[in-house]
Amino acid sequence: MAGLHKSEFANPVINWIDTRLPIFTMMQKEYGVFPTPKNFNYLWNFGALAMVILMIMIITGIFLAMNYQPNTELAFNSVQHIMRDVNYGWLIRYTHQNGASMFFIVIYIHIFRGLYYGSYKTPRELLWMLGVVILILMMATAFMGYVLPWGQMSYWGATVITNLFSAFPVVGPKIVTLLWGGFSVDNPTLNRFFALHYLLPFVLVGVIFLHVAALHITGSNNPLGIDVKSPQDTLPFHPYYTVKDSVGICAFLAFFAAIIFFFPNMLGDPNNFIPANPLQTPADIVPEWYFLPYYAILRSVPNKLLGVCMMFGSLIVLFVLPWLDTSRIRSARFRPVYKWLIWVWVLAFVVLGVCGAHKPEGIWVILSRVATLYYFAHFLVILPVLGKLERPLPLPESISQPVLGRRGGGPLLGAAAAKPMEKA
Amino acid sequence: MRPMRSLLAGVFAIGLLAAPSLSVPVRAEEEIQMPNMGWKFEKLFGTYDLASAQRGFQVYSNVCANCHSMALLHYRDLSGIGLEPEQIKAIAAGVTVPQGTDDQGAPKEGPATPANQFKSPFANEKAARAANNGALPPDLSLIVNAREGGPDYIYGLLTGFVEAPGGFKMQDGMYYNKMYPGHQIAMPQPLQDGSVEYTDGTSTSLDQEVRDVVTFLAWASNPEMVERKQMGVRIVLFFVFMTGITYAVKRRLWSDVH
Repeated sequence: MAGLHKSEFANPVINWIDTRLPIFTMMQKEYGVFPTPKNFNYLWNFGALAMVILMIMIITGIFLAMNYQPNTELAFNSVQHIMRDVNYGWLIRYTHQNGASMFFIVIYIHIFRGLYYGSYKTPRELLWMLGVVILILMMATAFMGYVLPWGQMSYWGATVITNLFSAFPVVGPKIVTLLWGGFSVDNPTLNRFFALHYLLPFVLVGVIFLHVAALHITGSNNPLGIDVKSPQDTLPFHPYYTVKDSVGICAFLAFFAAIIFFFPNMLGDPNNFIPANPLQTPADIVPEWYFLPYYAILRSVPNKLLGVCMMFGSLIVLFVLPWLDTSRIRSARFRPVYKWLIWVWVLAFVVLGVCGAHKPEGIWVILSRVATLYYFAHFLVILPVLGKLERPLPLPESISQPVLGRRGGGPLLGAAAAKPMEKA
Repeated sequence: MRPMRSLLAGVFAIGLLAAPSLSVPVRAEEEIQMPNMGWKFEKLFGTYDLASAQRGFQVYSNVCANCHSMALLHYRDLSGIGLEPEQIKAIAAGVTVPQGTDDQGAPKEGPATPANQFKSPFANEKAARAANNGALPPDLSLIVNAREGGPDYIYGLLTGFVEAPGGFKMQDGMYYNKMYPGHQIAMPQPLQDGSVEYTDGTSTSLDQEVRDVVTFLAWASNPEMVERKQMGVRIVLFFVFMTGITYAVKRRLWSDVH
């Protein structure tokens, strides 16, 4: 029995399984005693939140698929059938519909956390790049999901977005035909979008598994952005972070529930309550709010091909961010200039979102161009140069050092015993 | 952890600043004055005025239903505006609908049951257009959700039939409406003072009729709303409570971490 795992679990059943397939040992190692920096703030909740929302989306999605008809003649009414006739169908559907928005809120904050605390820097480059893959997959999934109710905005959104690919020379029109499964957005399009919308979440699960696996190799970054130096710097994941994540999950679910039950259509478009009509174009074709910044980048460029390239480029650039940022200091706390510029970037992103919701006329064109310029300049010019010029603040010696120091007791052992340290 | 807090505050502040501009709908160039009727059902915990919704159903059946379908509704759904099963059976029985085929294979008709869909006034789109000067009366099942401004817009539209201002070019067979985008609508003014006769003695002013029918249409668009809000109160309170509990546990657990 040489190759068998030697399990330490006392329960004989668990021991028997664990000996043959050490999943319990693995869970214990990765989520039980996993050494985690002890100075996380609540921004470190958002990875767990994203996991929770993904589960909610998959579960509600499966129940929706049981009642949905991916056929242009039936799709719109089948969604209304879910809303009106299926038991608690409205709850399942509103949860799924608003869940997409929640997912993007959570993911955008998660990404911001990574940017602010330099979580993409060595040795976590691959972890970050897998995250970018997740973001792009999420966007594809969300886009195809929005087409399924087959309302006016579903149809015209699908038409506009798929047509973007026609901008590419030579292969462009062929790609579009392939996406459509024909020569316009029609039943084959709806069918394949449904199939892919069901498939991609499970691809997401796979990539997320790699994302988490990579995380557990490098270990988590932390608000100070310095490496873990000794066991004193860490806490076992359970119970400390299981409980801390639970706080965030409950608070998030309260917020999510408030949206579902009281403002379920706040983020939707009235046009999507009108069945798709290929003969009637809505006055404004606006994507879902989470795509607005990219939509604004697309429209800020007068040339279609260049606009499409910029839009995709705004995501592609994130892949190489670990090498564009030349500073070796991770956390913005110790980067006096970056600390402000990252907020300028966030502002540019928000401005782009607002521009995306308005017709590209007058002030909105200028604003979206300026914001687009900053979006790219931030990554391509400012970060490479800033890393060379910026003089970082002195880094603390270790994670436990500043915590003890801030309590006023210095690094002596007994001095800091009195109060709970973590409040943020 | 002060920097953390101000950082979070910053994120929220930006979110709040951005929210109104994001949620402000992209309107047509022409700014139309949207009435603000303060509907009871639009309030956070507001419900439908069922008496009003029932009167609104009467307005719909007597007037709107001559041209507008509500194909997503079934007669059974009317229990949602407080009608009794007997009333619903009677309403359905008054409508003749196709009922498959008889033993000889010939199409058969008969009285509807509560399980039937609302009967549409026209057999298909072409018939509807032919009877309406080429215009298609939209289905009203989701109309309140499907228009920017929702119930306020519908109210404004139904009370918005006025004389066209001097110099305004009207096309043939079109009517001037101050709420409708472009101001030319193919629908003639459907409701006037006294268009219907209420059995409960409520005034049949245009304003009252429109309020009632909008209440009915709002219910038809979101029939789950009352149940949804009631459930929502309990679920939101539950999660707020759970947040408090887990936070207390967390504080206790972390109190020995230095």
